Amino acid sequence: MSAKTLLSISGLHKAFGGLIAVNQMRFDVHEGEIVGLLGPNGSGKTTVMNLISGALSPNEGKVVLAGRDITSLPVHAISHAGIARTFQLVRILHDLDCIENIEAGLAFRPGPLWGDAAKSAAITLLDRIGLADHAHTSAGDLTYIDQKRLELGRALALQPKLLLLDEWLAGLNPSELQEGISLVRKLKSEGLTIIMVEHVMDAIRSLCDRCVVMNAGTKIADGPPETVLSDPEVIRAYLGDSHA
Amino acid sequence: MINCILKPDFIKPVFLGAVIFAALAFLPSLVDSYYMSLAISIVSFAVLATAWSMFSGPTRYISLATVVFFGIGAYTVAVLGEVLPFPVVLVCAALAGTMLALLVGFSTLRLAGVYFVIFTFGLTELVRQVVSWYEVNVTREMGRYIFLDITQNDIYWQLLTLFAVLLLTGFILGRSRLGFALRIIGEDETVARHCGINVTRVKVALFVLSAVFMTLTGAIMAPRWTYIDPVIAFNPMLSFQVVIMALLGGPRRLLGPLLGVIPLTLLFEVLTANFPNHFSIMLGVTFMVIVYLLPGGVIGLYEKYRTPQKASPSNGHSKTEEKTA
Repeated sequence: MSAKTLLSISGLHKAFGGLIAVNQMRFDVHEGEIVGLLGPNGSGKTTVMNLISGALSPNEGKVVLAGRDITSLPVHAISHAGIARTFQLVRILHDLDCIENIEAGLAFRPGPLWGDAAKSAAITLLDRIGLADHAHTSAGDLTYIDQKRLELGRALALQPKLLLLDEWLAGLNPSELQEGISLVRKLKSEGLTIIMVEHVMDAIRSLCDRCVVMNAGTKIADGPPETVLSDPEVIRAYLGDSHA
Repeated sequence: MINCILKPDFIKPVFLGAVIFAALAFLPSLVDSYYMSLAISIVSFAVLATAWSMFSGPTRYISLATVVFFGIGAYTVAVLGEVLPFPVVLVCAALAGTMLALLVGFSTLRLAGVYFVIFTFGLTELVRQVVSWYEVNVTREMGRYIFLDITQNDIYWQLLTLFAVLLLTGFILGRSRLGFALRIIGEDETVARHCGINVTRVKVALFVLSAVFMTLTGAIMAPRWTYIDPVIAFNPMLSFQVVIMALLGGPRRLLGPLLGVIPLTLLFEVLTANFPNHFSIMLGVTFMVIVYLLPGGVIGLYEKYRTPQKASPSNGHSKTEEKTA
């Protein structure tokens, strides 16, 4: 695959006191790719997402987006550089309605939209994520799946180069999961590059071009989903020695 | 922005507001000086509570620094009042308020919750002590006299103008990107950052804007006292009164604080006249009643009963404006 490298992480290190959450992490993400970031609970996946999006800054190492070093930039600057994210525990603006939630993503990006332009762009986007009927509903009154859609919509409103989905498919029932998967696939077909932290294996198999597996803060495998998921090291990390 | 200003839903409330303020400007020819003094209290608290809410309403940062800015304004007049023309003194006051607010803003707005409250309260004491120290050691006079050729009616008109400018600023802010950024920050600061908002800059900008109005209020009110010293100018009671008024009215709507200012200024007037020794206790009880019984303020109550579903903020503004009219 000769696609251009969009994101390059090298030597990333983050410790919380004595706990080393991320240790010498390195991987690349190419344009248009969906990369799955896997690993058992507590292996440091969300910390890596936080390091990329600027919510945390690393002790060592580099994050380079499209040739530009964005390590330790403030969060809003990283957002302007082209990285948008959703959160493991969904974060929406409860007291604002759906249009305003999307406008939050439109109004402060580079090339911001405001007023009528933002309103019509928000409605188009709500339609795209399947929330057109809820334009004036308070975000807090939405069902869980719809809150997740809305959060994704807000991230998309930023027109990111790279989208970080942190367990975006978790907690959905089987039919919602299918909807969710096809929505992410649609984003990929539109050319968006995505890193997803995920535990849902069906989703990983059907969506990811490549998987990076972490255990105890380090990378233990990197490759196509089938190869990685049958890697003895990965099986050992998830299930223990007797299964490897 | 221009398009937005020319829309009828902008012009109508602004026009209505202009008519009301024009009518209020004739008050001095209708009532005697006791009622004028009451009117001055109401308008000055209206400016302070509205300015306080402009920052604290959406961000939910409870600031007890109101009197710091108010006092700085008063002292600017005391120091420069006889040296420079009054409009220039007001500009100096606004600049002094801006400088202090920038300093405080950048150094403290990273503090969250109760730490910010305590800092702002401590700041009042700090500034009062610094001014006292300066007066004792440098000028060697504890108090200052303010003899300016400014009548009670002049003060009233100046405050009324300031309040009109403040409401117009707040109204424009409510429809601007800056105002929207502030609402998002109030809801979830993390989300705001990830949406590309420079949270610190927005908060400091609003803190400064609100402080400038507080400083100007202090400057305009100063000639009324004729004598000020640090204890009068930096009385922390004022900060608490402003918080109570804003919370009673409802700090998350432009005209909310006004609904708290009018009844409470009247109540304080009655209390100071009849129970001068129990004033603090009464103030405390009022505060507790408001916090427990009316967490959303009068305006929250009004909105709850007016309509079960959520009204859009711009509607809320114009409706309440009509109501208070």
